[in-house]
Amino acid sequence: MELIVQGIIKAFELIISFDAEVMGITWLSLKISGTATFISLFFGVSIGAGVALTDFPGKRIVISLINTGMGLPPVVVGLFVTIMIWRSGPLGFLEILYTPYAMIIAQAIIATPIVMGISLASIQSLPANLRLQILSLGASRLQMAWILIKESKLPLLAAVMAGFGGVISEVGASIMVGGNIKGYSRVLTTATVMETGRGNFDIAIALGIILLIVAFLVNLLLTQVQQRQRLR
Amino acid sequence: MNPILTVQNLIVRRGGVTVLDINELKVETSRILALIGPNGAGKSTLLLTMAGLLKPSGGMIHYQGMPIDSSASRSNMRRSVCVVFQEPLLLNTTVYKNVALGLKFRHLTGSEIERSVKESLDYFGISFLAKRSAKTLSGGESKRVSLARAFALKPQLILLDEAFNSLDPPTRETLIDDLRHILQETKISAVLALHDREETLRLAQDVAVMAEGRIIQSGTTAQIFNKPDSEFVANFVGTETILEGTVENSNAGLLGISVAGKIIEAVGNYLPGQNVYCCLRPENITVSAVIPEKISARNVFEAKIQKIIRQAFFYKMILDCGFPMVAYITVSSCEDLGLCEGSMVAVSFKATAVHVMRREK
Repeated sequence: MELIVQGIIKAFELIISFDAEVMGITWLSLKISGTATFISLFFGVSIGAGVALTDFPGKRIVISLINTGMGLPPVVVGLFVTIMIWRSGPLGFLEILYTPYAMIIAQAIIATPIVMGISLASIQSLPANLRLQILSLGASRLQMAWILIKESKLPLLAAVMAGFGGVISEVGASIMVGGNIKGYSRVLTTATVMETGRGNFDIAIALGIILLIVAFLVNLLLTQVQQRQRLR
Repeated sequence: MNPILTVQNLIVRRGGVTVLDINELKVETSRILALIGPNGAGKSTLLLTMAGLLKPSGGMIHYQGMPIDSSASRSNMRRSVCVVFQEPLLLNTTVYKNVALGLKFRHLTGSEIERSVKESLDYFGISFLAKRSAKTLSGGESKRVSLARAFALKPQLILLDEAFNSLDPPTRETLIDDLRHILQETKISAVLALHDREETLRLAQDVAVMAEGRIIQSGTTAQIFNKPDSEFVANFVGTETILEGTVENSNAGLLGISVAGKIIEAVGNYLPGQNVYCCLRPENITVSAVIPEKISARNVFEAKIQKIIRQAFFYKMILDCGFPMVAYITVSSCEDLGLCEGSMVAVSFKATAVHVMRREK
């Protein structure tokens, strides 16, 4: 019990004192996961909308694959990205293994199916004739897709929250492709794992609390935007 | 005038099943065509195909004389043809932005968009709603916004799918009047999928009756309602007598209406020269073996019985008075009077039994 209390006190000391190392790790986590979420939005929304708005043979299989991808195990993604960017791998020439770039790639791969699945479902849940109505008003297919994406912005914000929540809290892929290098690729989750392993529970608890606060604040912000949209 | 759109040998299949099989249909320029028929008759599918939103499996559509046979031609046609769906399908933004939507697709300037949106909102009497969120509108208001959005584009042809469904009667009444007025004023050719005969009579100049994906009969409104050429059409449009006439004289609410060279007396507030429909319910017609004398009914005509059709508890008589008329008569009355097909009879009805409707064409 004492261990936990001490850990929490130490945690708040680190947070209140704006400990340089902890703040650096927090900022890097936000940058990597934010960038990965942004990339996943681009690919997830465009491919999700594309699949929702076109009819092709095997569409159901593709949708099943996307839905399966929503639960992609991060270690599997970590393994796949590591092999790809390993020095002798197909993308080894990029020399990005154990860099934040590799972490962004891995996290974007994890978040993309989540964003894609939610985008696809939200566009499919719009009234069936809305697509035809917009086309009938003279829209090109691209204009029609853009209008439908805008109409789905409430669930799309949920997709952003789910994607960001998924990657900021994941550790397997980040540690495999980032290497947890101090001051370079160490993020909140990888640092928490390391400090727990070392028995530094106070720092680990501090990092855990910061992770929760960051996740809460980002979701609070997005929820505010979402609810304001709903009331408009 | 040439038809704005023609459909020939049109086939639409879905999942291997033929859902539409139209030999021929013409939409005349600046006229209003009603597609009527029961649910599942294929009215909406035909509208979507005519709008270039659904690719037919076979046959040909010509729009303004040009064949619509490729994605490019369909896309091009959509620039001057607009569909308004049964549900309003408004975007989650203001009324103004909803009405401006199609104009923005056409890359018009801000001032052009503003002018067209204002004009269209004025047409439908909803300028006061411009800044309101479309989500807060009533059913009738939403319907007006969706119509204003289509009319703002000044289309050559407008296709309305069950435009008055799910509206309460007063809202429906005023919307029908306004739409009729706007269609007459703008001279936009229109195709309306309807299932209500009164709406059809009030709005359409031409009618095509549909069933099971086919057109059973088409013609002018009067032709379809007065001379149905099949039992299906007769049953669907009802068999009330609907006569086209012109008010000859009007005296203290008593009208003399010229119908096929004869004068029908009716009550109503119309001016001489106005074109009207005289509607008569078959139960309001009295059939006599001889012309009755000293009778309060203002209208008495000689007629020939063309057909007697047995109904559940009475006979339906198709009569020819110089204009077609339908009357109901009990089985016993028919037997007592000894009536049969070909007999000459007298029909009478009160001036107050004639329902007079404006005919704006």
